[in-house]
Amino acid sequence: MTHDPATIERLYCQLRRIRRVEEEIVRIYPTDKIKSPVHLSIGQEAVAVGVCDNLGPDDILYGTYRGHAIYLAKGGNLDRMMAELYGKQDGLAAGKAGSMHLGDVAAGMIGTSAIVGTTLPLSLGHAFALRRRGSAAIVCVFFGEGAMDEGVFHETANFAALKKLPILFVCENNRYAIYSHVKDRMPEVNLCERAEAYRIPARRIAGGDIFAIRAAAAEAVAAVRAGGGPRFLECETQRWRDHVGPGEDLHIGYRTAADLASWRAGDQNARLAGLLGAAARERIDAEVEAEIARAMDFAEKSPFPAAHTMYDHVYR
Amino acid sequence: MSTGRRGGRELSYAQAIGEAIRQEMERDAGVFVYGLGVDDPKGMYGTTLDLHRVFGADRCFDTPLAEDAMTGFGVGAAIAGMRPIHVHQRMDFLMLCMNQLVNMAAKQSYMSNGAVHVPLVVRAIIGRSWGQGAQHSQAFHSYFMHVPGLKVLAPSTPHDAKGCMIAAIRDDNPVIVMEHRMLYGNRGIVPEAPYAARFGQARVLAEGDDVTIVAISHMVVEALRARPLLAEIGLSAEIVDPVSLAPLDVGTIAESVAKTGRLAVVDTSWAACGAGAEIVAAVHERLQGRRAFSALRLGYEPTPCPTTRPLEDVYYPSAKSIAAKVAALAGRAPGDWQARDIVAREIAEFRGPF
Repeated sequence: MTHDPATIERLYCQLRRIRRVEEEIVRIYPTDKIKSPVHLSIGQEAVAVGVCDNLGPDDILYGTYRGHAIYLAKGGNLDRMMAELYGKQDGLAAGKAGSMHLGDVAAGMIGTSAIVGTTLPLSLGHAFALRRRGSAAIVCVFFGEGAMDEGVFHETANFAALKKLPILFVCENNRYAIYSHVKDRMPEVNLCERAEAYRIPARRIAGGDIFAIRAAAAEAVAAVRAGGGPRFLECETQRWRDHVGPGEDLHIGYRTAADLASWRAGDQNARLAGLLGAAARERIDAEVEAEIARAMDFAEKSPFPAAHTMYDHVYR
Repeated sequence: MSTGRRGGRELSYAQAIGEAIRQEMERDAGVFVYGLGVDDPKGMYGTTLDLHRVFGADRCFDTPLAEDAMTGFGVGAAIAGMRPIHVHQRMDFLMLCMNQLVNMAAKQSYMSNGAVHVPLVVRAIIGRSWGQGAQHSQAFHSYFMHVPGLKVLAPSTPHDAKGCMIAAIRDDNPVIVMEHRMLYGNRGIVPEAPYAARFGQARVLAEGDDVTIVAISHMVVEALRARPLLAEIGLSAEIVDPVSLAPLDVGTIAESVAKTGRLAVVDTSWAACGAGAEIVAAVHERLQGRRAFSALRLGYEPTPCPTTRPLEDVYYPSAKSIAAKVAALAGRAPGDWQARDIVAREIAEFRGPF
C-alpha cells in the first residue's frame, strides 16, 4: 500500500519530534535538572501520532502519566512542556504539574493523571458537555491496558455506551503494568471483547504499524463524530525503556531481549525515515533539532517560580 | 439567625434545598442534577422531584450504580464548563467517590495552574433516622475538610440550606454539601429570592456567656435543646453553627470562646481526628497567649453505628448527654445535677419504611 508523501512527511515529523525530545530527556536526566518522574513513550510514539493525526484542534484529549507523546502529537507547545519538566515558571503549569500531569487547554489536552484509569470517566463528562453544546468535537482518551484492570474502565465504558457519548477510547497495550504482564492480570487477554461487552465497537491493531493505526483511528473518529457513540481501539505497542525514568530495563529480567528486539526491528520511526527521500528527511530532522534546541534553551532560561506562587490556584 | 426579611416564607429544609436547585437551574442552563434516583417518583426526599419534567431528561437524570465513574463524569462536565450536582442518598457511598474527589476534582485547578476548574457540587445526605446501621448513617465531612482544593458546607437551618446550595452551585470549586435527613422536616423562614451563603461564615444561633457550643449539622438541633437544660443550672450557652466547615470561620468561634472561656464541639460524627479536633486546635492557635480555655469534643461513640434503637440512643449525642458533658466541662460535679431527657421529635416520630 502506498501513502502520499505529505502524509509520510507529517507522520515522520511527529514521530521524529517525539523520539528526539525524549532522547534529549534521557541525555539531560542524569544532570537532575528534570526533577519530575518521566514515563517515556519511546517505542510507543506511533500510537499517539497515528491517532492524533485524525484529531482537530477542537477535539479534546485526556491521557496518562506517559503523556509526552500524546501531548506533542496533539500539537503541544514544546517550549512550555520542557519548561514544565524543568519545573520553571514558563512551564505549562508553572511547575505545579511536571511530567505526570501535563495539560494544556490551548492544545485541547485537558489533563493527564498519575492514578491509572482516572481520566477515563472525565471523558464522559466532557463528551456530555460537548454534545449539549452541539459541538462537532469529540473526546479522545488514552490509557494503558493496565487501566482495563480497573473497575472504573468498566463503569466508564458502560456509561459511554448507554449515553452514546462521542468518545474514542484508545488503549495503548504495551502488556506491562510496571513489570506485571497482562497475562498475570487477566484470565483471558481479549481487550476488545471487554469493550464489546458494553456494545462499543472495538478494533485491535496488532504490530504497531502506524498506517494501520491511523486508518483504524480515521474510521473510528468519523463514526464517533457522526454521532454513532463511542469506539474502542486497542493498539498493540511496546515501551523500549523502563516503566519510569530514562533507563533501559532488560537487566532486571522481567522481559526478554528477543521480545524487545522484535519491536525495535519494527520501529516506525526508522520505517518512515526510509520512505522519505534524503532531502526531506534531513530537512525535517534539522527542523526538529532546531526546535528542541530552542525549547531546551527556553526551559534553561526560564526562572523558577517564586515561593508565593505555591498558594495560587488551590481554589479558583 | 436572620429570618423573615424580603419575601420570607416558612419552608422545610428539604423544600429550601429544592427551591435553591430549581432557581439555579432556571438561572443557568449549565446546571444539571444527576445521581441514582434523582428522577424517581420520590425525588430524593422531594428535593429533586419532577426536575426532569420541568427541565428535561438531560438536566436531571438517573445513573448506573457507578459512583467512581459518575464522580469523574461530573469532574469532566465541570471542566467543560457545566455545573453538575451529583446527589448521593447516603453519604456512606462517598467512599466509592474518594479517588475522583481527592485525586482529581481537588487537584485540577492546581495541577493546571488555574487553566481549568471544577464547579462540581456533591450532595451527601446523612441517613440517620432509625436502624440505618453501620453503613447508612455515616458522616465523612472531616475527610474532605482535610483536602486542599475541596470545600465543605453543612447547613443546619432551612435558610442556610438554601443559601449553601446556591453558593455551592455558583462556586467554581468542588463543594461537598452535607445534608442530614433528620433536618429535612425542620421548618424556618426562607426568603424566596435567590441568595448565596458566604463560605467561611459561621452563624451564632444563640448567645451566651458561660460556654461556647459549636455544633455541626443535626447536632445544632440537639445543642439548641441542651441549652435550656444548661440554663436550669445557671449556665448560659452560646450556640455556634459553623455552616461552612471548609473554609472554617475560626474567627467567629474564637471570638465566642474568648468571651466564654469554654469550648465544646458537638459533631455529627466520631471525635477522633474529626471536625471537633480541628476546631479546638484552630481556636487554640488563635487564642493562645491571650485567653486560656477548656475544651471538649463530643460526637458519636467510638464504635460503628449499631442498628438497634437502645444502642443507637447511647451512640448518638443527645440533648441530655450534651448538657451533662458541658456541665462537667463547666465544673459541675456529676452528682450535683441530673439533666432531663428532651425528646428529639424528628427521631422519635420517624416512621419507616426505611
